[in-house]
Amino acid sequence: MIVAKRKPLNEIADMVAPYKKVAVIGCRSCVAICLAGGEKEVKMTVSALKVKNKKEGRRQEFEALVVERQCEKEFVKEVEDKILSSDLVLSMACSLGAQTIGDMYPDHLCFPGLNTGFFGVPEEQGVWSEKCVGCGNCIIHTTGGICPISRCAKSMLNGPCGGSSNRKCEVNLDIDCAWAAIYDRLKLQNRLDLIESITPAKDWSASHAGGRRVYVREDARLTPHQKKGREAVQ
Amino acid sequence: MADRRPKVVGFCCERHAMDAVVLSARTGEQVDVSVRLVQVPCTGRVDGLHLLKAFEEGADAVFVLGCLEKNCYYDTGSIEGRKRVNYVKQMLSEAGIEKERLEMFNAASTNTWAFPDAVSRMVDIARKLGPIGGGERQ
Ligand code: SF4
Ligand code: SF4
Repeated sequence: MIVAKRKPLNEIADMVAPYKKVAVIGCRSCVAICLAGGEKEVKMTVSALKVKNKKEGRRQEFEALVVERQCEKEFVKEVEDKILSSDLVLSMACSLGAQTIGDMYPDHLCFPGLNTGFFGVPEEQGVWSEKCVGCGNCIIHTTGGICPISRCAKSMLNGPCGGSSNRKCEVNLDIDCAWAAIYDRLKLQNRLDLIESITPAKDWSASHAGGRRVYVREDARLTPHQKKGREAVQ
Repeated sequence: MADRRPKVVGFCCERHAMDAVVLSARTGEQVDVSVRLVQVPCTGRVDGLHLLKAFEEGADAVFVLGCLEKNCYYDTGSIEGRKRVNYVKQMLSEAGIEKERLEMFNAASTNTWAFPDAVSRMVDIARKLGPIGGGERQ
């Protein structure tokens, strides 16, 4: 899932200050799970902004809305009238949601209410951690199912480095050394030979370095004829 | 401003906190009548949104009164309540609003002083800080 965090309220308030009617739109998927932009967080943000406005004597209208998945046009469409009748959308989805609204209504302003952080998982209630950076060429079958790209500060492929000490990373002693974890896992799986074999330089051409990536499944695409048919129905 | 009654909202759990409220009334303790009480089944039921809504609807100060931690009728309800209070305090600070306007208190059923004490502390804060944004006089 995508893990995000609400921007500080004063930052959000400054961003939205010039606009009279603000539609605050959350998302019921990833950001609801990481308690950043679900229905509750949208309502609390709106409420706090209203209290702030009261303090500062500013008049603004806020509407709290939430859609199922803001990165999908079909769900955004459901609140189209609310978007178009606002002066500004404050998206409380991850930036994918904010950009979807931006792409659908390019002449309409849509600002981000969250800082989008990473691909991660809920570790325990209230704790989320990064597990993948989307390198486009997954290698975790050779590393005991643990991603060294996202979890090792240096994204080492042949770790651990010389800075690994007492299972901690030299970059920050609060961080567990990913390669210590990989070693343990491989040992458990009786696959320690893997840690001794040299992994050659990674093929990064599938990663973000080459610019925006687009994946296509030809068999799932609509032909122009099918597209026309769909449009006619809508 | 002197004649304006401060608006204080208190969320009290219906277990030890309300027991303490009732007991303090029986012992003749006086509290400021401008306090509006909201009885909740447990302070764990108090949501951050309830606290913010109280401010949004005009409260100058808000408090939550629950059981003593480690002696909560529902075990961890008052711990949950405190966590929510702390989170909303942080939101208020981010928004430039005095976080002292919101407090959490705990009481055992027999603590007759707990409720009057919470009320007088919050009324003092409300008087000192005044309504959020100046507001209209009452
Ligand atoms: S917009 Fe999409 S990716 Fe982002 S939080 Fe919502 S469902 Fe997840
Ligand atoms: S190796 Fe690449 S794709 Fe696999 S988990 Fe790590 S970053 Fe993600």
